[in-house]
Amino acid sequence: MPIHEQSLIRPEDLTTHEQLVIDGVDVSGHWSTFITSRAVTDYNEAMQDEVAALPGGEHIHRCWQCGSCTNSCTVNALNPEFNPRHWIYLVRIGMESEILRDKDIIWQCVSCNKCTYACPRDVVPEGVMKALSHWLELKGHVKPSPSMVFDEVFSEQVFRRGKIEEGRVMQRFFRRTGQSLNQPWLIEMMRRMLRHLPLGMLTKLGLATLVAPSTSGWSGARAAIEEYVHEQEHKRRRALGLDALIEAAKRDAGPATAGEGARS
Amino acid sequence: MTTAKDKYQKVAYYPGCALEGTAHAYNRSTQQVGKALGLDLVEVKNWNCCGAMEVKNIDPKLQTYLSSRVMAIAASEMKMDVVMAPCNGCYHNLKKAEYDLAHDPASVEVVDRLSQKAGHATYQAGQVETIHALDWIMHGIGEAGLKQRLKGSLQGLKVANYYGCMYTRPRHIFPEKDKGPGTESTSKPHFMDDLLGAAGAVNVEFPLKTACCGGAHTLSDSDTSTKLVLNILRTAEAAGAEVIATECPTCHSGLEMHQVRAEKKFNQPTKVKILYFTQLLGLALGLSPRQVGVHENISDSLGFLREKGIA
Repeated sequence: MPIHEQSLIRPEDLTTHEQLVIDGVDVSGHWSTFITSRAVTDYNEAMQDEVAALPGGEHIHRCWQCGSCTNSCTVNALNPEFNPRHWIYLVRIGMESEILRDKDIIWQCVSCNKCTYACPRDVVPEGVMKALSHWLELKGHVKPSPSMVFDEVFSEQVFRRGKIEEGRVMQRFFRRTGQSLNQPWLIEMMRRMLRHLPLGMLTKLGLATLVAPSTSGWSGARAAIEEYVHEQEHKRRRALGLDALIEAAKRDAGPATAGEGARS
Repeated sequence: MTTAKDKYQKVAYYPGCALEGTAHAYNRSTQQVGKALGLDLVEVKNWNCCGAMEVKNIDPKLQTYLSSRVMAIAASEMKMDVVMAPCNGCYHNLKKAEYDLAHDPASVEVVDRLSQKAGHATYQAGQVETIHALDWIMHGIGEAGLKQRLKGSLQGLKVANYYGCMYTRPRHIFPEKDKGPGTESTSKPHFMDDLLGAAGAVNVEFPLKTACCGGAHTLSDSDTSTKLVLNILRTAEAAGAEVIATECPTCHSGLEMHQVRAEKKFNQPTKVKILYFTQLLGLALGLSPRQVGVHENISDSLGFLREKGIA
């Protein structure tokens, strides 16, 4: 099976001269196709360490680029641009600018674990995709993806009550992502769902959306989880140097803000 | 020596969040099938969410803690040896927690710290065995035992068995699989085929048994999920299946939901019915469609099952 290749030569980097004579030889047209020379100077040498510091990314250094992940990937079969092998390569050599070209699709990993099943080096590519999505968000390259919003809505309920109620998760997710519940397919699905339900069950479902189910004796676990979440957030911010980045941004913005203040 | 058969006669039952909501039919049919087969289920006390597919994206060790709490209660408070989870997500997460707690000292440290703060016993790897509803029936009753208890038959119903992602992947968290005859396979799982076949169904050659339905992004990336589901539904139909049998609430509701979405939004209707494998087994064991919750499914199969003489 082929290693899924990704060419680094893009159409915009190719130049062809309609009229060109070199050393007396006419190389006009196709014969004068050149790849624009490029010296990469903007490597982010900390990138592999940064991704490895996020949950799921720990084993990225093991990758030897066999391509089994991309070859088995569910999303790659729908969109060839979705290429875990290529992204792992870019992270490892620190080509941040190249990763940013694909920043809006990396979150689409469906966690089917086919890559993790196929990987001969236990890289856990599924985890790396999640770590990389987090990295993009934490560094401010992308807004939280719909998937991240869903994870947050879901986890908030678990942490607070010990369990979730699906209707509530769905409503909050739609509200937070600004989607309407009034979509024909959703209405049709609800209609088919409720079609044969007996009254007792309908009442129970209705009540569950009003009074959220919860695990009794959960308060101790909730406090422990919240403390842990806080501690981990702090750790990750430090690993990515986010506080220093924010301080630098504030310093840059400083004089401008002061100037505006003086004018008003 | 206690055999699996003895061990599985009475197990701790961990239904999980989905089985209290959209997958109520799976909960109901699992309990009814247990009753009909004489297998005892004792629900885990004050259970919590296992973390599903979401909490690990916030922090994987929190998922390990959540799953470990369920096993800790079953082991320390209920003194049970086996936890049975019908949901692929719950089953997967408990197995993953078991693996991590046996192999990763950092996970052990976090779980111990959180358990102590929360005020319950810390789960120790090996205290319980986590099994799926398929293992429970396969090893607790077996195909021959099931045949003896049948009151009806699935009458040659053509079934595509759909196992999904979380039941077999990744391989290393299921050390009991791929161990030769009598054990489950991670590349070509067959327990559902075996049980439904024993109940009179004809299992069609279905190449997408362990394909992904996009369940993790069923709402957050609906178009991707609809494409993946439509591929599964069409392939099942092309293989001659009248029914897709499921063993996971996320897969099941994903298939049902995106079957409607494909029809309404993309004008791509499919006819194949979607039923939990426990609903089909229940019908063969002589339970009524209402007892196994056929009326709770979005995919309307009651008329079809009556026509086939199964319900």
